[in-house]
Amino acid sequence: MNELQDKSADHTGDTDGARPAIRIQDMNKWFGDFHVLRDINLSVNLGERIVICGPSGSGKSTLIRCINRLEEHQKGTIVVEDIVLSSDLKNIDRIRSEVGMVFQHFNLFPHLTVLENCTLAPIWVRKVPKKDAEETALHFLEKVKIPDQALKFPGQLSGGQQQRVAIARALCMRPRIMLFDEPTSALDPEMIKEVLDTMIELANDGMTMLCVTHEMGFARQVANRVIFMDEGQIVEQNSPEEFFNNPRSERSKLFLSQILGH
Amino acid sequence: MESTGFVRTTMVPAVAPPISERTVVGWLRTNLFSSRLNSALTVLFLALIAYVLWQFLPWAIRSSWTANSLDECRASIKAAYGEHASGACWAVIRERYLQLIYGFYPAEYYWRPNLTFVLMLIALAPILFPRVPRKLLIFSGIYPFLGYWLLWGGSIWGVVLVVGGLAAAYFLLTVLSERYGLLVAVTSIVVGTILWWMVAVAPLQGVLHSVIPLGLPAVASNQFGGFTLSTIIGVTGIVASLPLGIVWALGRRSDMVIVRAISVGFIEFIRGVPLITLLFVASTLLNIFLPPGTSFDIVLRVVIVVTLFSSGYVAEVIRGGLAALPAGQFEAGAALGLDYWKSMRLIILPQALKISIPGIVSSFIGLFKDTTLVSIIGLLDPLGLSNAIRADSSWNGIVWELYAFIAVLFFIFCFAMSRYSMHLEKRLETGH
Repeated sequence: MNELQDKSADHTGDTDGARPAIRIQDMNKWFGDFHVLRDINLSVNLGERIVICGPSGSGKSTLIRCINRLEEHQKGTIVVEDIVLSSDLKNIDRIRSEVGMVFQHFNLFPHLTVLENCTLAPIWVRKVPKKDAEETALHFLEKVKIPDQALKFPGQLSGGQQQRVAIARALCMRPRIMLFDEPTSALDPEMIKEVLDTMIELANDGMTMLCVTHEMGFARQVANRVIFMDEGQIVEQNSPEEFFNNPRSERSKLFLSQILGH
Repeated sequence: MESTGFVRTTMVPAVAPPISERTVVGWLRTNLFSSRLNSALTVLFLALIAYVLWQFLPWAIRSSWTANSLDECRASIKAAYGEHASGACWAVIRERYLQLIYGFYPAEYYWRPNLTFVLMLIALAPILFPRVPRKLLIFSGIYPFLGYWLLWGGSIWGVVLVVGGLAAAYFLLTVLSERYGLLVAVTSIVVGTILWWMVAVAPLQGVLHSVIPLGLPAVASNQFGGFTLSTIIGVTGIVASLPLGIVWALGRRSDMVIVRAISVGFIEFIRGVPLITLLFVASTLLNIFLPPGTSFDIVLRVVIVVTLFSSGYVAEVIRGGLAALPAGQFEAGAALGLDYWKSMRLIILPQALKISIPGIVSSFIGLFKDTTLVSIIGLLDPLGLSNAIRADSSWNGIVWELYAFIAVLFFIFCFAMSRYSMHLEKRLETGH
């Protein structure tokens, strides 16, 4: 059952689940004059599943985009898998190949087939032989339950299918950490479940996950920890039961009443 | 249990579409006679087309193919079709078509441009059509040198030495870049290759040629002309300006300030200056700037200028394509760990170029037609030749026939490009 974990463990020969996979210390980020992230301190252990929620504009997406340098932070340190994130391009590329990301708008490559989407990075970044890369891709497409669409183009699939391909594409790089940036926000309601099911299965396999999402059911079921952000700060961190049943800050109470209140 | 709800137990079967979707009559009705206005316009334009053909066809058909001068033409048309008949004098094309196609290329060597043209089609095939075996790409790589040698002739050793220099440079690049880094390797090799070409090729060529004399009789650039010249300039310009345009477009979007400034400066300069000005620079001014004693082939100079000119326009078209891509594509590539060049090559450019196809092909068609401007700096392209032919006392006064012939030749090329671009767009369409 624990195959993802095993595969990634092969990489370093280290199976200690308590080692921090991500360590963020006193991180600050500005967009121009706008202070988007303020004094972020966060440590994520290997195998942990974290859901980040909060009102829009609170900096949750920016936070996880800093982890793989899609956004550059200006102060503080981010260490991913013992690699310090600096402007050294080699380190950035190394971190990016260890960290998978799933976007709100899927961002599949429309000019490539589903299979090619999944094999591109393994072939060109990991230098995996094409045949092996295709085998891996088919394995993960099977896992997200769309092996029969491998030769279609993304434009021929439904939104839910596209997002599952995007998950498979990220998994094909055998990442040790997966980042999800509102993966279900652009989907029709009937397709949200298929994507969440895929993510739950991934969590059950032991993947380290950081999810920005508004799916509170998913948070309850899967997360080890819920992080609530507002105005660029981490306001509350807690286990899901505590966070949903007994929120401590006024801000989280208000937020929960707004999204759960109907 | 009583129920007022309605549940369908069988689905309504699909029915054949209405007649307007299926038959010729239906097509005519929806497309040509759908309303009064549409019907009126249809009739009007049919009448217009009929009128033009009514005027043109007799002129084109009641013609003379055999005469040897314009006067003979007119006399024979009058004799055949009556005092007031006017017809085309296609005889000028019959007499001069070889010149219009080959310029003053020696007649006994016509096989050389012919062969070059056929080989060009073979070299282009794997680039244009993915079904052609990939191995042919090796030939496409050799072709520019082979074509040059076939057309201009001379000793084969010059070409071999130039190609050898390139091959050695490539080999050294792979070795040196691992040892000393890419930048050092590239600079030293570019300098080395240029030095090799300028200093070593000429004497070595002499030595090798005296040992094994292998070559074709040389043909000088001033003997080139006609459609051969247009094709050489046009095709070389098109093939070379696409990669150069990509480089300028990427440079213009670069984060590096100096690279961006140079790219913007170049593109804006090219777009701000008329092509004719640049051609004059190529034909006259360039000699002043070059070190004394270097003679630089005029056709080569024109090709370089036309390539640079076209690359500026192509760059802007491609920049449009790059701007049209959603930021998510760049991010998805980066998130997978692809570096800048890989993500450009595998993700961004394939899509950006696809979006830019219509614009790029328009630029290329424009460039191909702009090759006629070289007649202004004294090169004898078809238009330049037509002036020369009309200066001949036998054909003095002839206009339409020559230009019609040239127009048809250009139309064939440009129309082919346009059709190919439509075919390419359809082939790359992956939406549904």
